[in-house]
Order: sequence, then C-alpha cells, then structure tokens
Amino acid sequence: MAKRVGIEVSIALAEAVKLANVDVIPAYPITPQTHIVEHLSEVIANGEVDAEFVPVESEHAAMSCCCGSSAAGARTFTSSSSQGLLLMSEILFIPGPMRFPIVMAVVNRALSAPISIWNDHQDIMSQRDIGWIQTFADTGQEAFDLTLHAFRVAEDRRVSLPMIVNIDGFTLSHVVEAVELLSQEEVDQYLPPFKPRYRLDPRKPITMGPVGIPEVYSEAKVAHNEALKASRRVILQGWKEFADLFGRQYNPIETYRSEDAEVLLVTMGSISETAMTAIDTMRDKGQKAGLVKIRLWRPFPGPEFRKAAGKAKILAVVDRCLPPGAICGPVGAELRSLFYKVPGSPKIFNFIAGLGGRDVTVERFEEMVDKATAFAKKRPKELYEVIGVREK
Amino acid sequence: MANTDAIIGWKTITFGCHVMEPGSSVKFRTGDWRSQRPVIDKEKCIKCGICWIYCPDMAYIQTEDGFFEVNLEYCKGCGICAHECPKNAITIVPEEG
Repeated sequence: MAKRVGIEVSIALAEAVKLANVDVIPAYPITPQTHIVEHLSEVIANGEVDAEFVPVESEHAAMSCCCGSSAAGARTFTSSSSQGLLLMSEILFIPGPMRFPIVMAVVNRALSAPISIWNDHQDIMSQRDIGWIQTFADTGQEAFDLTLHAFRVAEDRRVSLPMIVNIDGFTLSHVVEAVELLSQEEVDQYLPPFKPRYRLDPRKPITMGPVGIPEVYSEAKVAHNEALKASRRVILQGWKEFADLFGRQYNPIETYRSEDAEVLLVTMGSISETAMTAIDTMRDKGQKAGLVKIRLWRPFPGPEFRKAAGKAKILAVVDRCLPPGAICGPVGAELRSLFYKVPGSPKIFNFIAGLGGRDVTVERFEEMVDKATAFAKKRPKELYEVIGVREK
Repeated sequence: MANTDAIIGWKTITFGCHVMEPGSSVKFRTGDWRSQRPVIDKEKCIKCGICWIYCPDMAYIQTEDGFFEVNLEYCKGCGICAHECPKNAITIVPEEG
C-alpha cells in the first residue's frame, strides 16, 4: 500500500527511480540536483536496488554512458542541472534520434554568468530542441508520479524516446512535502520491465549510430520528429492508467479557475502553486483571472492549450528565461506561434520573472495580470517585460 | 551526389537509423573516391605485412606467393601503407582521368 510521508522532494524523486527498479545510473553531482543521485548511490550501495552506479568524470561522460547502457537494454536514469546539463549538451541530441529511452530529472537552475545556483528555467530552455519528451512538475507528489510516468512512456515500444522530468531547483527540489509514495507492488503494476525493440547484443550484431549521408539525414530527422509528436498518445494513456490505478489524473495542460476568466496567467513549474494563490486573491477582489499550467512542454500540446485558453481575451505568459536579443521568451514565442492568425485568439503578453532565484510573489502575479489588462488597451512597445527589475 | 529517389523515406527508414545487417560496410565501396593509388615494387618488398597491418580499410590481401596486393574497390588512396613501408617499396601515384 502507498504511504504518505513527509519527505524532501529530491529524495521522493530518487525513491521513484528506485521503485522503477533502475539498472544503470551514470551521474555527476551538481547543485541543486545532488541529493537525487546521492540518495540513489546510497540505496545502490546498501543493496536496496540491484543497479550499477557509474561515478563518471563529467556530465558529458554521464550522458555518453547513459546512451551506451540504454543501447545495451538497461533501464537508465540520470539527473543534472544548469552548467552540468550544458556540459551534456553535445550528447543530449543523440538519444532522441537513436531512440534510447533514458529518463533524466533536470533540477532547473540559472546559468552563469553571473554565477547562480538558484532556480529559473534557462538551463532547460537552452536545451529545448534536444528532441526529448519534457514534462514539468509543480509539487513533490508530481515529481514522484511524473518520474514513474517517464519510465513508462519513454520505454513504451511505440515511443522509445528519452524523457525529462523538470523540477525547480531548491523551491521544489529541497523542500519537504507530504508525498504519497507508492509501494513496490503498485509500481510493478504500472511499470512493466524494460524490453527494448533493439539492443546491442553480440549474438545478434547491429550498428547503432551510423553516418547519415545527405541522402538519408532529412528522413532520419523527420522520423525522429514524427515519433516525438506521436508519443502524445502514449503520454496521455500513461497518465490515464496512472489515474485508474492511483487516483491522480495528470493532463498536458492543467487549468485553475479558468472557466469564465478574461485574463489567464500561463505558468510552468512550481511557481504555479503561488500563481493559484494569486488567482484566489484576485477572484476574491472580483477580478476574472484564471490560470493555465503547462505540464507537457515537448511535444507541445497545441490543441489542449487552445482548448484550455477557452474564450479568455488576454494571456499573461510567464517565462523563467530571458533569451537575449529575442522577440520574447520561449513560452511566449511558442504561444504566439500557436495563436498566430487564429480567429478570436487572445492577446498575448509575456513576462520574464523569477530569474536566478528571484521570488515570484502573489503580488507579482497580480501585477502581471494588471499590466496585461492595461497592455490590451494600449499596446506596449516590447512584446515582453522583465517583471520587478530595478532600473536604479 | 547520388540519385536519392530510390532511397528509403522517413516512414520506412530503420528504427533509430540502425543498420540491422552486420558487416554491411563491405557493400560500401570506399575505393570510389580514391584520387591516388599505391603501386608495390616487388623487388623491394620483404613480405613483412606492415602495409596489411596498417591499412585502415583492410584493403590489403596476401597472395599465395607471400606478397601483398591491394583491393582497389576499398583502397581510398590514403597513403598510410607507403608511409609505413620499411623498405619504401610502395609508391603513391595519381589516378588517371
């Protein structure tokens, strides 16, 4: 039976990996991801799970090792953050097209310079196009559940793609929350053993990772992209079966008090929790504000988002990343593309918030909603605003 | 550039772009792009097999009389054999035409 415990979210996520009966964990420590792999190295050393922990010399080696172990047919997990994720970057683009279902927890953290160990989404946004399935967790329970879901979806033979579960550094990873940990029997019910379609086997040799000459490169890239888009069905099925078994239903796009809302905040990750409080405050004041949370970032759930946005007139889209020189933030740009020339589409304003661990408070969310409402009447010069930044 | 029409499409390309047949590289005639070739002087050759050891394409074969010959379907003309030959028995000459 599942048991509800007070637990640090990093440890809860690591427990999910343990319950998934992982085979290989190549990992390199980096703040704020460290607790996850530290805990996993402990449980492996204690013999609680029959797995190989590979203490690699860098994140580049960690992801290379992940590719090798996944190719050999091992259930593979790793975790990283920030500069570590960027050191993996060269290899991160490889498991997608090669169809290696590696699962990774990315504990989101800002990027240097200046040096920052605190939370925002610049790390994962810089790696947006690596071709992995990507979800975002808001709470400790979600971090636990989405990790099990990630193994289930990634390793499904119809998908066979790598998958990232994003959790916010410190504000989610290091807090102690009440989390319902599933039992081994329950997890085994949900997650079948990993049976890859192909694996490296000396008795049946195949070549993985050949050269893609110009005559086949485009076809290989399109095949990967189509596989990523088609994973949507299995992602939804994975969540539905999770709900059937354990009662918690997840959706690609989640809404909160959005039905009759005129202005919708759009968030990803743990700040959604604060945004919900802000919506309650604004509703109490009579403002018709609601919230849309993006849980599934890649493949982007366009139809679900359009449906969730409903008849709202204004979207106040929050980005946790400032792409220098761009027209607006990555989430803002995605939604502008989604709604471009769609009749009756909402006006979209983009707010860059919470960079490098700056708190995004209830008041800040109220400010965004107010500003977006004002911008709808008088169009601002820029398509985005860095919220709460001091000029002097 | 080869004609691409007859080659596989994105729906039929192998899973993960894997090559399912082992040893298929023999089908890839790397000699096609050669611009120069090794010529072996049997007067100088001592049958040591250094060319055979060093050839990156395994294009050298030993014949019954103990000398070595190069299979020009796979020789890229890289010149490593000529560089390594201890007796300078191999000369690299440009391909004609």
